[in-house]
Amino acid sequence: MPKLLEAIGLHAAYGASKVLHGIDFLVEEGGVTCLLGANGAGKTTTLRAISGMVRTSGEIHFAGARIDGRATEDIARAGIAHVPDGRGTFMELTVEENLRLGAYTRPDRAFREDLAHVFDYFPRLQQRLHQQAGTLSGGEQQMLAIGRALLLRPRLLLLDEPSFGLAPLIVEEVFDILHRINREQRMSILVVEQNANLALAISERAYLLETGRMVMAGSAADLASNEAVRRSYLGF
Amino acid sequence: MIGLLHQILSGLVTGGIYASVALALVMIYQSTHHVNFAQGEMATFSTYIALALIEAGLPYWGAFLATVVISFVMGAVIQIVLMRPMANAPVLSSVGVFIGLLLVFNSVTGWIFSYTIKSFPSPFEASRPLLGGFLSPHELGATVVTLVVLAAVYLFFRHTKLGLAMRAAAFNPVSSRLVGIRVGHMLALGWGLAATLGAVAGMMVAPVVFLDPNMMAGILLYAFAGALLGGIDNPAGAVIGGFAVGVIENLGGAYVVGTELKLSLALFTIVAVLVFRPNGLFGRVLVTRV
Ligand SMILES: Nc1ncnc2c1ncn2[C@@H]1O[C@H](COP(=O)(O)OP(=O)(O)OP(=O)(O)O)[C@@H](O)[C@H]1O
Ligand SMILES: [Mg+2]
Repeated sequence: MPKLLEAIGLHAAYGASKVLHGIDFLVEEGGVTCLLGANGAGKTTTLRAISGMVRTSGEIHFAGARIDGRATEDIARAGIAHVPDGRGTFMELTVEENLRLGAYTRPDRAFREDLAHVFDYFPRLQQRLHQQAGTLSGGEQQMLAIGRALLLRPRLLLLDEPSFGLAPLIVEEVFDILHRINREQRMSILVVEQNANLALAISERAYLLETGRMVMAGSAADLASNEAVRRSYLGF
Repeated sequence: MIGLLHQILSGLVTGGIYASVALALVMIYQSTHHVNFAQGEMATFSTYIALALIEAGLPYWGAFLATVVISFVMGAVIQIVLMRPMANAPVLSSVGVFIGLLLVFNSVTGWIFSYTIKSFPSPFEASRPLLGGFLSPHELGATVVTLVVLAAVYLFFRHTKLGLAMRAAAFNPVSSRLVGIRVGHMLALGWGLAATLGAVAGMMVAPVVFLDPNMMAGILLYAFAGALLGGIDNPAGAVIGGFAVGVIENLGGAYVVGTELKLSLALFTIVAVLVFRPNGLFGRVLVTRV
């Protein structure tokens, strides 16, 4: 599979505190890649670096063009949708307005059609359309965030801990849907997770990040069968 | 009874002016979490520009439209030049910038246009009293203009993509950027719109109160009281609050404290709201589940 996104020697810092120390990774077109790591390893920062939300050095290539140093809104417009840490819900706005904002860069007519696809994956959002988004449950907000991201019609979907704070059953539902989105729309996905079992199950490639350094890279199956990974991250 | 009705009606007329300025304050507050103390002086400056254009020979409505456009640009430029660099500044320095802006506008206005009180024309027929003498044609016309502007602003924010993006950028700039919204542009547009609202209010009130560099000082206080009363983060509430303060002011002035002490009613309203309902009557109580 051709590579869609590649980071080379990527550094990132918040002010004076350096968080990523020159990491390399790539995301293949049409595939699911997961980035694992413990609390504070720098997973969220990696996604922020891709979206231009932190100061970085090094190179990030997306679909054949350098995107490092570009403004966040331009990176979104280039086709990278980012479901951020904490889901990024527009709490004060309705579910429908949240979804409209996802399609902000798209023509109005496309929105209607794309919305039907989103309801296909998340029928519950249709029932909640006129509700204030802040009143949704955590799981519904996660679904709203993914729906909002899909409406950008991205080439790459970045997901920051989609399982965070959700009940186990809801987590499985969300991952099933992500798997479907990947297969049915050939959507390329980079997912950050602490729930390594679930993430590895839907991924082809996997990376392991430890305090800002990439310590392991390979197929998801390789990482899943690795003794050290199993002991530290999979719990068996 | 007739007298009371009269007081309420003319309270609603001035209330419209307060409502426009209150809405301008809320628009800026939502994106900056600061009250733009200079909103009134900006409006006064705009009104002087309108007068200069009229004196230069432009027909009234031509000058009106030109002033709306000039004020919009002025508001947007202030955001880009002064406010953007202050985005992450501590609270006190932001307040300092707003106060500084107020003083600069006030003295520049006085310096360019002089401190003498000037009369300002009304586009509406001056003489014939309407509605059995209850309202002058100017009062009625100014209220219609104000309501049209408020309705247009409402429709713009509720029913256009750009209006939605501006609200989103004010509430949640980070998520807005992630969906491709150019947040900087939205904030500049917001300042432009707020300045426009102030300009229309200034042009509508100037024929009544006469034009001088401090014309909007009292009005800003009433508008602020209205915004607080309705909820400083609720545009519709602020508009209702503005109208309410107009009525309170008039009734209080006529029946309670007398015209001389009317302004103290604004202060009293501010204090009462802050003490009893800090979120205002319609303040957004954000419902969230985590
Ligand atoms: N906004 C910030 N300002 C300063 N330091 C930060 C900021 N965000 C994160 N950090 C620091 O950067 C390091 C990496 O944080 P990051 O959020 O990327 O980790 P993570 O792998 O996503 O962790 P978690 O699993 O807890 O989400 C941590 O030490 C954290 O304290
Ligand atoms: Mg994180």
